[in-house]
Amino acid sequence: MSTDTVMPYDEALERFEPVLGLETHVELGTASKMFCGCQAEFGAPPNTNVCPVCLALPGGLPTANVKAIESTIRIGLALNCSIAEWCRFARKNYFYPDMPKNYQISQYDEPLCFDGYLDVEVNGKTVRIEIERVHLEEDTGKSTHVGGATGRIQGADYSIVDYNRAGIPLVEIVTKPIPGTDRLAPEVARAYVTELREVLRTLNVSDVRMEEGSMRSDVNVSLMPRGSSEWGTRTETKNVNSLRSVERAVHSEIERQAAILADGGRIIQETRHFHENTGTTTSGRSKEEAQDYRYFPEPDLVPIAPDVAWVAELKAAMPELPRLRRKRLQQEWGVSDLDMEAMHNNDAIGLVEATVAAGAPPADARKWWMGELSRRANEAGIPLSELLITPDQIARVCAMVAGGALNDKLARQVLEGVLNGEGSPDEVVAARGLQIVNDEGELLAIIDQVLAGNADAAEKVRSGKIAAVGALVGGVMKASRGKADAGRARELLLEKLGVSE
Amino acid sequence: MSLIHKSAADLGALIASGEVSAVEVAQAHLDRIAAVEPQVNAFLHVDAETTLEQARVVDARRAAGEDLGPLAGVPIAHKDVFTTKDMPTTAGSKILEGWRPPYDATVTRRLREAGLVILGKTNLDEFAMGSSTENSAYGTTHNPWDLSRIPGGSSGGSSAAVAAYEAPLSTGTDTGGSIRQPAAVTGIVGMKPTYGGSSRYGVIAFASSLDTPGPFARNVMDAALLHEAFSGHDVMDSTSVDAPVPSVVEAARNADVAGLRIGVVKEFGGDGYQPGVLARFHETVELLESMGAKVFEVSCPSFDVALPAYYLIAPSECSSNLARFDAMRYGLRVGDDGTRSAEEVMALTRAQGFGPEVKRRIILGTYALSSGYYDAYYGQAQKVRTLIARDFEAAFQQVDVLISPTTPTTAFAIGERADDPLAMYLADLCTIPANLAGNAAISVPCGLADEDGLPVGLQIMAPVLGDDRCYRVGAAVEKALEARWGGSLLSKAPAL
Repeated sequence: MSTDTVMPYDEALERFEPVLGLETHVELGTASKMFCGCQAEFGAPPNTNVCPVCLALPGGLPTANVKAIESTIRIGLALNCSIAEWCRFARKNYFYPDMPKNYQISQYDEPLCFDGYLDVEVNGKTVRIEIERVHLEEDTGKSTHVGGATGRIQGADYSIVDYNRAGIPLVEIVTKPIPGTDRLAPEVARAYVTELREVLRTLNVSDVRMEEGSMRSDVNVSLMPRGSSEWGTRTETKNVNSLRSVERAVHSEIERQAAILADGGRIIQETRHFHENTGTTTSGRSKEEAQDYRYFPEPDLVPIAPDVAWVAELKAAMPELPRLRRKRLQQEWGVSDLDMEAMHNNDAIGLVEATVAAGAPPADARKWWMGELSRRANEAGIPLSELLITPDQIARVCAMVAGGALNDKLARQVLEGVLNGEGSPDEVVAARGLQIVNDEGELLAIIDQVLAGNADAAEKVRSGKIAAVGALVGGVMKASRGKADAGRARELLLEKLGVSE
Repeated sequence: MSLIHKSAADLGALIASGEVSAVEVAQAHLDRIAAVEPQVNAFLHVDAETTLEQARVVDARRAAGEDLGPLAGVPIAHKDVFTTKDMPTTAGSKILEGWRPPYDATVTRRLREAGLVILGKTNLDEFAMGSSTENSAYGTTHNPWDLSRIPGGSSGGSSAAVAAYEAPLSTGTDTGGSIRQPAAVTGIVGMKPTYGGSSRYGVIAFASSLDTPGPFARNVMDAALLHEAFSGHDVMDSTSVDAPVPSVVEAARNADVAGLRIGVVKEFGGDGYQPGVLARFHETVELLESMGAKVFEVSCPSFDVALPAYYLIAPSECSSNLARFDAMRYGLRVGDDGTRSAEEVMALTRAQGFGPEVKRRIILGTYALSSGYYDAYYGQAQKVRTLIARDFEAAFQQVDVLISPTTPTTAFAIGERADDPLAMYLADLCTIPANLAGNAAISVPCGLADEDGLPVGLQIMAPVLGDDRCYRVGAAVEKALEARWGGSLLSKAPAL
């Protein structure tokens, strides 16, 4: 892998202005494929969800999945798009072994949804991302290249193809060029993909797993010199498989392109691949000689003409969209803009909401998810939602703390136990013996023991240096392995030593 | 009269009454096939045992008291573009040699369910591209009237099989005339239903927006019975019309043209038309008038540019439709010796697997769809298509049906136009407009040309979903002409 010269980000931004564009593909979660009745599930044994249509056997014909059309229209509505009253599928012609028909049924100049926008929050500021189009198409099969160093087709010994994915409905969401983001370009890109993912999740049209490829964002970046209004040549970066990667890919393309331009070079219009391990991109297929896809209207399918009343019905039945929901929750929870944005960026809002719904006070729910649990998730390198703990369990721990059965320190141990798979919070408390010591007799015995072993400190307290009681309380907590109620221990210690505050 | 000379309707009735068994009928046709195939070469695949087994099943269903349709037990031959799960399907191409589909086309399936017994698969121009069957990768079919002549195309195997009494019924597909032209030059009946009136599911595609499955038979009623048996909405074909099937059998029974307004297409006739063809056509016009029809001359000016528009649209669609033949999943694979890339194997396979006419059209279509040429070629052709539909619409304001000769000439000699694609394309001059507009159209025999004693066809065109009008007029013409001839035109054909 060649290493590109890069210009440090700050310098790059001083000299150039970035223009972004994002193309996002989303696999819809329909029961069946886009143009045939095959199941569209993920992870079936290779080449088992196939039929004459999606294998492109001679004579096979597509019929459009109405549910997929409905989902696409709902996405368009959520993104404030106009919905076409009449549009067609088109064939995109090119040969590739994992595309059975050697053309992809897609949409060309007549997308189902067009001219919309999505507002996102970055650093407490609202940025409006204009949406060019939302269209419906089919996915290709999946090639696996065996042998060779890179896992790419070049240099492979042979390739195998799984057609299960061929024909899965795919929605493509394309933004208009996004100028004016300045040095926040990486954050804006990430915020857009984050918000889009949340919208799609709210609509319940896809499982939007970037890691599994059910949501894939291609990141377009170009630079223009400061003061210029003429956009530069863009690159399209693929293989961006997480929110963090979206941000890193933009960052690294800006640094790479700036170095080339500053050196008098020119940017090649090409597809680039993002590498998770290095955070950089390398050149893929060059688009210099633009492929001629020979688009033409798909003659095997009748045009789509969504009934106006039906579209109105879908619009009326829209769920509360994430941005409005966040505004409402922020008010209900009484948290600051920045706290809210932090929760949003950590994908914690839904978890906090569910925890509150399970009975926890909002402040506690937020504290655990954004504190201890975020730390654990970061350590494990996984999103919060993949921690092996449920909002119900967090709510139970909150209840135990509120009821005095646990303190914060014990609560953290309970969480650790749950995360380790030791069972429910109650099971962990029982198994690890983490109940706060509420038995006065037991506590007094420990106090006697601590006083006997710390005569100096006891004497200081007796002589009026009340601050020295802290060391004694610490001794009680240590002897009880954290299970004592520290407040009560302090009271009892002072009482025993005959001093009052 | 031997079994093979009977109509499909009569065979159906005989089997229904138990006078003959489906097995006997199938065997009689298998014997005929064995006798004349060496001369005719209508079939690409015949499998007597599979055929007889189907016939035995029909006999058993009948014996069990099942209520079967009017064509149960009647044999049929399918053009080799209809997938059949018990027989190979090749589209007349080397690229699909030996391919056995895992599924039945909707037409095949519906006819199976109606109890028709499949005799085999018939020859055609490769991927239905041609007008003579000379483009088949498996040899040319011969016209039963004159074995040195072509049987028409692309469904030439299906027309020859019916004309040679090898089958009472057959299926074809009509993209630019591939049913009507072969029917005309072999002296039988061939019908192109309204586009979308018959399902394309399981029919190997040539040009999706034009391909229309339809029936061949030796008389109008038989064609109507077959038409009705496989028609109707099919959820597997998005372009299938979701409307009631016009009652074509009823129309064939009501053979009457009194008071009907008939338009003669002004643009079809004159230079380039064989005098014997025009003579029979004009006699038929007079006949219709004598039967009480009102005949008008109707001008459809855009029909003059139908042929060039067709030769942009059909190749464009085929260039995309035929992309799936890439050696990956089925059919021929050339050069896969472990050293070549998938791309190279695809290219080698397509170079060897497709014949010259198919390649010509793929190249033509690829060019017409290319960026920078699209508007001038494909886009312009689509506009012509709209104009043709408008001409039809205007014409059908004035008349109930339009008529013309089906083809400008009778069957030409094998080899005569093989090296001249443009001359070959002219065979579809009169049939193409109905494909571009999606109309219904039928060809019925209207006599023999004086020059060569070969059959001439009359084309009757009706509006979209007006299929019944084709049968009504066709049956009336047939009745009057057969009365004049003292029997069917086909009975005048030399014995094989």
